[in-house]
Amino acid sequence: MDASTFFQNCVTGISLGSAYALIAIGYTMVYGILRLINFAHGDIFMMAGYFTIFAIVDFHMPWYIAIIFVIIATVLLGVAIERAAYKPLRESPRMSIMISAIGVSFLLENSATYLFSGLPRAFPELGFLQKVYHIGDISAPIVTFITPVVTIVILIALIYLVNHTKTGMAMRAASKDFEAAKLMGIEINHIITITFVIGCSLAAISAILYFSPRPMVYPFSGLMPGLKCFVAAVIGGIGNIPGAVVGGFIIGIAETFLVASFPSLSGYSDAFTFVLLIIMLLFRPTGLLGEKIAEKV
Amino acid sequence: MQNNAEAKPNVLRVTDATMQFGGVVALNNLNLEVNKNEIIGLIGPNGAGKTTAFNVITGVYPPTNGAIYLNEHMIISNHPQGKMKTLYAGENNGKHNEVKVLTPDRITKQGVARTFQNIRLFKELTVYENVLIAQHVKLKANVLEATLKLNYKEERVMHLETLRLLEILGLIDVKDYVSTSLPYGKQRHLEIARALATNPQLLLLDEPAAGMNPQESDELMHFVGRIRNDFDLSILMIEHHMQVIMGICDRIYVLDYGSLIADGTPAEIQKNPKVIKAYLGVEE
Amino acid sequence: MPMEFINKKLNKSTKLILTLLLVLACIILTYMLDKGIIGTSYTVRIVRIAVIYSLIGVSMNLVNGFTGVFSLGQAGFMAIGAYCVGIFTIPVDARANVYYLEPISDKIAGFVLPFGVALLMGGLLAALFAALIGAPILKLKSDYLAIATLGFSEIIRAVIANEQMWPITNGSLGLKSIPGFTTLFAPVLISAAGITLMVLLINSSYGRAFKAIREDETAAESMGINLFKHKELSFVVSAFFAGIGGGLLATHLTAIDSNQFKIAVTYELLLIIVLGGLGSVTGTVISAFMISFGKEYLRFFDAAQSIGGWQIPIFRPGLRMVIFSLLLMAVVLFWRRGLMGRKEFSWDGIYNFFRKWPWRFKKLMRGDYKTEAKTKRKSIAAGKAIDSAASKSKRAGRKADKTADREKKKEVKADAE
Repeated sequence: MDASTFFQNCVTGISLGSAYALIAIGYTMVYGILRLINFAHGDIFMMAGYFTIFAIVDFHMPWYIAIIFVIIATVLLGVAIERAAYKPLRESPRMSIMISAIGVSFLLENSATYLFSGLPRAFPELGFLQKVYHIGDISAPIVTFITPVVTIVILIALIYLVNHTKTGMAMRAASKDFEAAKLMGIEINHIITITFVIGCSLAAISAILYFSPRPMVYPFSGLMPGLKCFVAAVIGGIGNIPGAVVGGFIIGIAETFLVASFPSLSGYSDAFTFVLLIIMLLFRPTGLLGEKIAEKV
Repeated sequence: MQNNAEAKPNVLRVTDATMQFGGVVALNNLNLEVNKNEIIGLIGPNGAGKTTAFNVITGVYPPTNGAIYLNEHMIISNHPQGKMKTLYAGENNGKHNEVKVLTPDRITKQGVARTFQNIRLFKELTVYENVLIAQHVKLKANVLEATLKLNYKEERVMHLETLRLLEILGLIDVKDYVSTSLPYGKQRHLEIARALATNPQLLLLDEPAAGMNPQESDELMHFVGRIRNDFDLSILMIEHHMQVIMGICDRIYVLDYGSLIADGTPAEIQKNPKVIKAYLGVEE
Repeated sequence: MPMEFINKKLNKSTKLILTLLLVLACIILTYMLDKGIIGTSYTVRIVRIAVIYSLIGVSMNLVNGFTGVFSLGQAGFMAIGAYCVGIFTIPVDARANVYYLEPISDKIAGFVLPFGVALLMGGLLAALFAALIGAPILKLKSDYLAIATLGFSEIIRAVIANEQMWPITNGSLGLKSIPGFTTLFAPVLISAAGITLMVLLINSSYGRAFKAIREDETAAESMGINLFKHKELSFVVSAFFAGIGGGLLATHLTAIDSNQFKIAVTYELLLIIVLGGLGSVTGTVISAFMISFGKEYLRFFDAAQSIGGWQIPIFRPGLRMVIFSLLLMAVVLFWRRGLMGRKEFSWDGIYNFFRKWPWRFKKLMRGDYKTEAKTKRKSIAAGKAIDSAASKSKRAGRKADKTADREKKKEVKADAE
């Protein structure tokens, strides 16, 4: 691998990793507060992809309005899911709510197949995002360069939100001890809604950035990114926002380089993520940045 | 605080047990012995580290430092490692070089059974099933034998033993009730029955009389004495009802802020100024 | 309380006779279906799928419903079993035809196993994979198991379709010409045997330990139950029977490819066990039959329908699966116990169920079918029963009140359902 290919892969890997990081934040925040693996998150991401297609292709919106539309639509979808499928089960056993999450995932995939047909739909051009840009030997669409910047800005904003605002404090309290937070007068449902709003808007942004350099969206295109990003969240330390970003970058970069270095193994690039998960759980089950939580007896 | 002079062999010996969560020392340098057939009380104000002591003895948490012996066999030993090395605030550093951490199930197999402060029954199962399950620890048959019912003799013994225990604990009439539908006191009895079903030598009771009225706790006191004799047990119990503790315990250990502040016979403890201070506050 | 309903038990010999009659009825029914005396070959096909899905459903319920560990790898384990049976049972002379793009690897080209051996091998291989995934994960929080098993089943699909595997799996072309079943008895008996073994396991001391883990891990561990060992056992046994089920499915379909083992299959199985009741074997079997027949007979949802020339717009491909996913959501949200909850079919249950009808009717006639009065009476009775049981320690007073209260709440809830 010569230097320019190496840098080319670096750019691609970082860009992919940034998109993963945005999805992983959604997983990690929801898990942190509800202890729920939100299986539907990947499908919400897929739906955001479809929303973009509708906005640009069907409604002929300009790209800047389309982005806002997509974010709002995705957030509404996510919050509606939380209200309808997770909120009624808050007092139920954990397994019930996870099954409900799977039900939502299954429903979104099947509804997408039913409503938009199982055939892939081409992803439209979003303004300047797909213009190819050259830096030295490296050439890539602008979106590839923008993605990491967007991710870092969002990460900084989120860290500020979590550590320096009242809402953030309430979030941290809820993730430490759900019941105690409730007793302390924290509006837990309010906090959960905010969490879903943040998670879903990030999923929407990520969908735009992720699908832009890719040709199409189909009803199952959220499945694998979804699973991978949960793994990314686990690798970074579940419940930890910077951890999710680190995990996303690791998976994105590792995946890009694996495919680039061993083209014959490209079929296993998905498998690789799960091997990484198992290795991580063997050697550092709390994740790279996670803390150990002692269970109370 | 060493009283090895007793001729009776000790069943449980805790040496230098320290449990530190991050910077918080929940249990500091606990030394404790339970001799054969003794009933030992472990008392102290709320948050003194009593339940932590139980959790350390039963292997729920590995201690930061210290060792635990059952019948003079070491079952648990640890010393500060990794991050704890710098954080460690306890005493006796470096005495327990061996690292041995058994999981709670292994410790139960060695003959230590416990009950929980906030009752932990197998909720949706019946009283009968709760006690029957606890005998799984004695099972000799492997999966294949058990599945093909080749161990039917063993199974029969387990069922008979369950009935016997329920009879002794006065739960036989409610054996088909879902365990959580029982009144509180009965649930505590069921927890004891379940613990006894594992054939322990040492029984740890975590506030067995909590939530009971004086008469009930009085009964419980006699009951604990009875099972000690009937099952040839040694008992270590945490309790807040002084009446129960003073009435039944052979010796008492008093914890405050994680440290042992006194130990001795009930009469000695009642007079001990440190204990009085811990319970009633300082009088200046 | 003259109106209190008392459950009665049948005596043992009656139950034995009834059970034997039921088994006999099943055998006769299978025979009649097999010989075409009743039903069509279409019905036979659905019954075959239903019994296979019963086996796999029960295997999934063993982990999820009885052990309380959330595993979603069933499709992957099925794929392993299916490909094992597929690869090793295709007749040698048919192989060139199947592997037409890339010839079959020399090492296995002339290697054919009898169906039974291949099936067993598939099960064992699936179990081996389960042991390997379970070992690192089941020692930790079992949350991650859901994601790891889900990932695993996708990996299996990726590996099967991968280029390097073509000489063995025939990649995305899939396998065909797998010898099918010649009789309905084979799948029925194999599934019945598998389910019976799992029921025996559940009723053994090990099965009781599984339930203890499901109820309270901390308490189970302090009762001497090794959490990892038992979770791993349950997980491995489950994977074994999922592998067997997959093998049966391959033989049933005679042609397989990796797309038949997508995660959606696991989700469908999840629907089966949730609908039947997490923790009920009979519930799973009943719901496996319901879903299998439902899936076939609801096929018209996917085809365009019209009333008097007017095309109804909602009927088009995909509607059926939307309905099934809505069903899964509905069961979880509104009917969490499913058909059977954690109960099992029992003759006593059936007997009392039918005895209850005239009793309910009488009660209705008396006109005191008021929910409130009923629950009050019931809760007092429940409290009394406990009181009398607690008579040895006499003063259950306040506590019993509390229990009665709790009972009452439960009753109200039960009635509301």
